[in-house]
Amino acid sequence: MPITINVNGADHDLDATPDTPLLWAIRDHLQMTGTKFGCGMALCGACTVHMDGQPIRSCTTPVQAVAGRKITTIEGLASPVAEVVQRAWNETQVVQCGYCQSGQIMSAIALLERNPSPTDGDIDAAMSGNICRCNTYQRIRGAIKNASKQLA
Amino acid sequence: MRWINRNTRGHLQAGSPVNAQESRRNFLKVIGGAGAGLTLAINSPAVWSVSGSVSKSPGPDSGFAPNAFVRIGPDNRVSVVIKHVEMGQGTYTGLATLVAEELDADWEQIDSVGAPADAKRYNNLNWGPMQGTGGSSAIANSYQQMRFAGATARAMLVAAAVQRWEVPAGEIAVKQGIVSHPGSNRRASFGELAELAASLPVPDKKSVRLKEPAEFSCIGRSLPRKDVGKTDGTAVFTQDIQLPGMLTAVVAHPPRFGARVKRFDAKQALASNGVVDVIQVPSGIAVLAKDFWSARVARDKLEIEWDESRAMSKSSAQMMAEYRELAGKEGSVARDDGDARGVLANAESVIEATYEFPYLAHASMEPMNCVALVEKDSCEIWNGEQFQSVDQMNIGKLLGLPADRVKLNMLYAGGSFGRRANPVSDYLVEAVEIARAKTGTPVKLVWSREDDMQAGYFRPAYVHRVRGGVDAEGNIVGWEQHIVGQSILSGTVFGQSIENGIDHSSVEGASTLPYAIPNVRVELTSTEEQVPVLWWRSVGHTHTAYSTETFLDELAARAGRDPVALRMKLLADHPRWQGVLKLAADKAGWGEALPKGRGRGVAVHESFNSYVAQVAEVSVADDGSFKVERVVCAVDCGVPINPDVIRAQMEGGIGFGLAPALVSAVTLRNGQVVESNFHNYQVLRINQMPEVEVHIVPSTAPPTGVGEPGVPPIAPAVANALAAVTGKRYHTLPIET
Ligand code: FES
Ligand code: FES
Repeated sequence: MPITINVNGADHDLDATPDTPLLWAIRDHLQMTGTKFGCGMALCGACTVHMDGQPIRSCTTPVQAVAGRKITTIEGLASPVAEVVQRAWNETQVVQCGYCQSGQIMSAIALLERNPSPTDGDIDAAMSGNICRCNTYQRIRGAIKNASKQLA
Repeated sequence: MRWINRNTRGHLQAGSPVNAQESRRNFLKVIGGAGAGLTLAINSPAVWSVSGSVSKSPGPDSGFAPNAFVRIGPDNRVSVVIKHVEMGQGTYTGLATLVAEELDADWEQIDSVGAPADAKRYNNLNWGPMQGTGGSSAIANSYQQMRFAGATARAMLVAAAVQRWEVPAGEIAVKQGIVSHPGSNRRASFGELAELAASLPVPDKKSVRLKEPAEFSCIGRSLPRKDVGKTDGTAVFTQDIQLPGMLTAVVAHPPRFGARVKRFDAKQALASNGVVDVIQVPSGIAVLAKDFWSARVARDKLEIEWDESRAMSKSSAQMMAEYRELAGKEGSVARDDGDARGVLANAESVIEATYEFPYLAHASMEPMNCVALVEKDSCEIWNGEQFQSVDQMNIGKLLGLPADRVKLNMLYAGGSFGRRANPVSDYLVEAVEIARAKTGTPVKLVWSREDDMQAGYFRPAYVHRVRGGVDAEGNIVGWEQHIVGQSILSGTVFGQSIENGIDHSSVEGASTLPYAIPNVRVELTSTEEQVPVLWWRSVGHTHTAYSTETFLDELAARAGRDPVALRMKLLADHPRWQGVLKLAADKAGWGEALPKGRGRGVAVHESFNSYVAQVAEVSVADDGSFKVERVVCAVDCGVPINPDVIRAQMEGGIGFGLAPALVSAVTLRNGQVVESNFHNYQVLRINQMPEVEVHIVPSTAPPTGVGEPGVPPIAPAVANALAAVTGKRYHTLPIET
């Protein structure tokens, strides 16, 4: 029986088992590849997407758990906060290899949506689940502060 | 990757004509003369139409391609062909800057595109006739080449304007993508002149003039990066490749190094949802499915019996014990100045330390993966391609094809840190082994994080035994160091660079100790283990910088000298070392008082011809836990091409080097890798990242790399800072307090 998930405002019928992680439904079934696979165990944050605006790790979220929910991926970003964050990321020249950055940006947007003026501690708490092996952390922090200023 | 540098002593000459010759000879031997007679392809016009092999065709068919690196379309876009993989280090930006500079292009009109595999045109000039990326060599080997490419194109655009406007060349100006003749008020974009320029002869290289540094308008500026699409999810990595009919493969690898498949039963796996086939390959059992998750689920349903009769059974602790014992015996001599042993036997005061370093995984964010399509007489690969010539050779050999029938599409790599440059092309060969069983069907091999972490190709584990002596006046009179661990190059196609038992990549940084110590002896014992090993961002310097720079601090303390003052004195003949050391110390406020529980430590190290000093500031809590608060870094990498990219690489290198200092280690238990994912192989997270401040030494020396040199000094700087607070010395990584 097909499962229906709503991604970036559109319903999609999936021919997948209900335990299929949302990450692989998005990447392999919907062929939206902006959301990345890094660990598969909710340890690295590369697969972060929004479910009803909350950041979740799509690699450990089965598709059956998101039925009736609204999923947003990096491809579907449209909010004013998202725009500011992506711009801040470019202005700060955050990226290196870039592989972790979709997840970083999704986590940062979720943080700033609920807390437009995060402290260093808030940033650490919201972002420490997102690994960057290129260690762009200083610029991630800088970009979040930059975005926060623009949002104030 | 310094197998090319056979010079073991302080005066590093990689890239000099002598070494280039030598490395070329080495490589010719390796490849069997395949590259004989190669010339630089810069003077062959319109290569596109000749080869047509650029994977993503940069721009429309018509246009202007004066050489292998520049393509100007009638749409006024300038494509710069980048021969080195972009894995985060900024090469798409740096190399494009060199072209833009001499072309006088507008940075906005530049697009960077990946080069195809073609060592005739895109070889790494530091590596002879071989194409590939590593050893922080991209800028160093391309500096003249890319500038000539830009300058040649510019000269031809000017020639086109001369012809069209019938004015003398000397009256034509080129600025920010516009060719103009101010006298007659005429102007044209590059695109408007492209077609005419393409019909003109390519000027002789001797007639092409490069700018003087004072004329630079792009070099030295922090232009924004050209590896775009990384903030909106549109950048394409290997993991993102989707091809019609493509299957995804996952492989069950043996649980121990050296184990083999004895027998297997695939019945249940084959019955699993979405599975297409199960096949045995030399490295294990591959499950092919329509998508990753189906393949991954089915892999767990395989029943495999492994033959472990020749498998590894050692544990890390046992290995370290063996290495400690070996470190007390004789090794092969990498350097022997004066009479270190004799002097240490009689020195006023002698210190001895034994250092231990575990295996390390690269753990790039994108686990290893590869897309392969095997046809009857060709093969096509999509990969974050770092080692073109070697990969073509290995895959060609496997398939019985000439190397040039292996087409490589170079994609962005989601990190590498050395992992995607493998002398045996391990994961590419695995992908091809699977794809050859499915001729005509593209196969995407995907490793899970666990596969990636447990497959080996680790930074080797090492033990160093170091002894040093101080005389009655507080002078360091002798230094003896014995390094024990696996050789990265031994047994590979690069093994022939090993001389008299010395793999220079095991001792670099120690054998090149720059300090004015009259008696220095460095020995190496290369061990053999079944654990596959590989270069890991900054290679030998990952461990030698730690032992040398922390031990020097111990000797300084014994001699009652300030660590910076002593280094400055011992580096009197090395102004570039001194330059970064002084700059970092000044900016960090070296010598100024710190609150209780805080300490500073310093380290300075040269790697890949770049010089880096770092001052770390740590805070230690009452329970012994500590935090790296701040790092001040100074770097001398010759002419700074893009200061912001240099800063980014220093910041990233510091974070990368902090991980093994604080948290990362791969351990073996009875031959099995214990760590499997980021819960037990820990890496640095944002809350552990110190505030980093980077200062760049102004220089007119030829530019050198920045991808690796930021890594080596951070661990010793932190250990020295901790010692300043606790009075203890830390000889084992990761540091335990
Ligand atoms: S892939 Fe989901 S957290 Fe790492
Ligand atoms: S930018 Fe490479 S992992 Fe974050």
